[in-house]
Amino acid sequence: MTKNYTFTIYSNDQTGILNRISAVFSRAGLNIEALSVCESTHSGLFRHNVQVSCDAQTGFRVSQQLERQIEVIKADFYHQDEIIQQELALYKIASKSMLEQTLAEQIIHRHHARVLSMNSEFTVIEKIGKRAESQALFDDLSTVGVLEFVRSGPVSISKLMTTESLQEDMPVFKQHATCESENGQTVETSS
Amino acid sequence: MKSASNTSDPMTINNPLADQELPNVSGAESIILSLLAEGVSQVFGYPGGAIMPTYDALMDYEDQLEHIMVRHEQGAVHAAQGYARASGKVGVCLATSGLGATNLITGIADAYLDSTPLVCITGQVFAQLLGTDAFQEIDILDISTPVTKWNIKVTQASEIPAAIAKAFYIAKSGRPGPVLIDITKNAQIDCMAFDYHPCYQLNSYQPTPQPDELALVQAARLINVAKKPLVLFGQGLILGAAEQEFLAFAERCGAPLAATILGLSALPTNHPQYVGMLGMHGNYAPNTLTNECDVLIAVGMRFDDRVTSNLDFYAKQAKVIHFDIDPSEINKNVAVDVAVLGDVKHTLPAVTKQLDANKHPQWLAKFHQLHAIEQHKIIAKDLEPKTDTINMAEVIKCLNQQDDNCLIVTDVGQHQMVACRYAKFSQSRSLITSGGLGTMGFCLPAAIGAKFARPDRQVVGIVGDGGVQMTIQELGVLMQHQLPVKIIILNNQFLGMVRQWQELYFDKRYASTELSNPNFGLIADGYGINNAKVSSRAHLADAVHTMLSHPGAFVLEVMVAQQDNVFPIITPGASVADMCLGTNTAGTSDDNSED
Repeated sequence: MTKNYTFTIYSNDQTGILNRISAVFSRAGLNIEALSVCESTHSGLFRHNVQVSCDAQTGFRVSQQLERQIEVIKADFYHQDEIIQQELALYKIASKSMLEQTLAEQIIHRHHARVLSMNSEFTVIEKIGKRAESQALFDDLSTVGVLEFVRSGPVSISKLMTTESLQEDMPVFKQHATCESENGQTVETSS
Repeated sequence: MKSASNTSDPMTINNPLADQELPNVSGAESIILSLLAEGVSQVFGYPGGAIMPTYDALMDYEDQLEHIMVRHEQGAVHAAQGYARASGKVGVCLATSGLGATNLITGIADAYLDSTPLVCITGQVFAQLLGTDAFQEIDILDISTPVTKWNIKVTQASEIPAAIAKAFYIAKSGRPGPVLIDITKNAQIDCMAFDYHPCYQLNSYQPTPQPDELALVQAARLINVAKKPLVLFGQGLILGAAEQEFLAFAERCGAPLAATILGLSALPTNHPQYVGMLGMHGNYAPNTLTNECDVLIAVGMRFDDRVTSNLDFYAKQAKVIHFDIDPSEINKNVAVDVAVLGDVKHTLPAVTKQLDANKHPQWLAKFHQLHAIEQHKIIAKDLEPKTDTINMAEVIKCLNQQDDNCLIVTDVGQHQMVACRYAKFSQSRSLITSGGLGTMGFCLPAAIGAKFARPDRQVVGIVGDGGVQMTIQELGVLMQHQLPVKIIILNNQFLGMVRQWQELYFDKRYASTELSNPNFGLIADGYGINNAKVSSRAHLADAVHTMLSHPGAFVLEVMVAQQDNVFPIITPGASVADMCLGTNTAGTSDDNSED
């Protein structure tokens, strides 16, 4: 069954590593729905968050192929209920709609959004939350006219305590637990 | 002086510059020195603009590092593959930027699928020209990413030795594979202080997983209680140099032993437990009985679709034990019950010592029964044909009879399947063939590489009339180096395997498979290579004898049946247990001693 999965991939800082990672997804026929890259808690190691829709078996196989890449230290994948997610959305509206009517201001207030920047021409509004929340704000703001709209992909953090505890002996992270499965259904990817 | 003078460093003895001050050398010279430090003595390549500084430096080291100039870059990479697979060492090839690099890609992909350790060094345009569509500039890093184990672009001379050290470590460790180093021309020209530190460890790379003690116990327990165990072995045994460990394991558990195509020659073909080759054109018994065994023990193989056919009907009744070094192979195609991760050189003995000595005579007898059917319906006809024309199989049989210890290199197609089905092997690394990618044109350059690696062995290339024309220019290497490689062209004037599929699955519509061939003898003559052509059975043995006993290179063209088929075959999509034993029953002989 196809579900949303978020992969958390730790890699060294090497030119071309993002291509190598994305190639694993495209080879599996998966479209990357959201991607964010940042330095991890370990200086010099990068954390790639990749969200895709796939079935569990494909997700497992992709995580195996990701870990097979030399510069990848670890690749985990999580179902949506195993992570906490947030998105950032920015909306640009004409400042005159803020000044001439109170509707825009009411909408911003009601959605717990905030004004990030304002000048005589336009105002930029920021909303942090779930996809549905930023979409609801967009729908409401459309009544006063949205000049430009951008939404980040979700940024995710796992609910586990151990995720980023990359121990000192790095190669250990590529050591898998014995993969046992019942009819190929349940599989643990890594220790 | 840094580590080059450190006597605890095992590479020091190979470092030609040990015990000297750090020399200031060009990046190009540092490439050569790094290769020498890795123990490389032969490289295959083709010069061109962006790699010229390296070729210039190579001239000064000709006595230590032999360069074999091929006639096309694809030849270089296949030769490096042949070299690596015959020797177990890392194969090295050189090419220029752009087209030189792209011409390597087919061979790199082949090496990737067949886990062959290669280091490919490509020149690149000056760093300041990158991204400008400069002459012969191609982003080979991106192109090669999906088919390399690792790749890197080097734009500064000082980065070269570390990149090469890392490349060799990655190429040969764990599950081997090809790596590519793209080096800009300025990096080759600029000077640097040369210091070489071999690579032994990387923070992100665990080449050999630690064996799981519990898995070893579970594997042994399953094998001990099995009534109908079946062992499938692959190239992992050869790559891990674990042939002896496997033999001890196999003889202890007493199970029938079946080979994948790349596993062939890891076990002598005359071993009493050996039951044949797996796969689409493999043997009837091991394929069929895969679906009857109770414990399937896969050792260093990856359940390729040519082996498993339709996974929905593959060994569903069996408990599966999978020995492999690559965790990503576990549960990839076949769900396993016990995964024994690690190097088979260590995991096999660890399991063997927990095994009860066992024999399975009744179960083995079942293989022999099915083999007798294959013998009657197919093998006898192949090896003792009653037809006028020569069969591919009898050429292989003739070769076996005259030299049972040659190193066979095949191309891809019908002749490959026939060679793999009928060749006899008595020592490991005796078969080099393109398995995963199925690259036509592989044979001739790979045979050249194999002969450079193993001049002591009789290297025989078996190639079709189609495949030989894909890389026939490499006869120039045989000529130039007076290399005694024997090439047998099995000429059926067709792209035989495609024609067979057209006959079986495309209503006998032979689209673009009939070949108008040149006079191969004249081509060999042009290269000054001795040659012969044989069309009748009566002259075959003499011709093979002439070829094998000739001191130099030899091209033997054998005219074989035009429209013969390779049987048995597992129809694509069918179960592994539903092998088709063929449609043609003519010419069967009941009296045949071949197994």
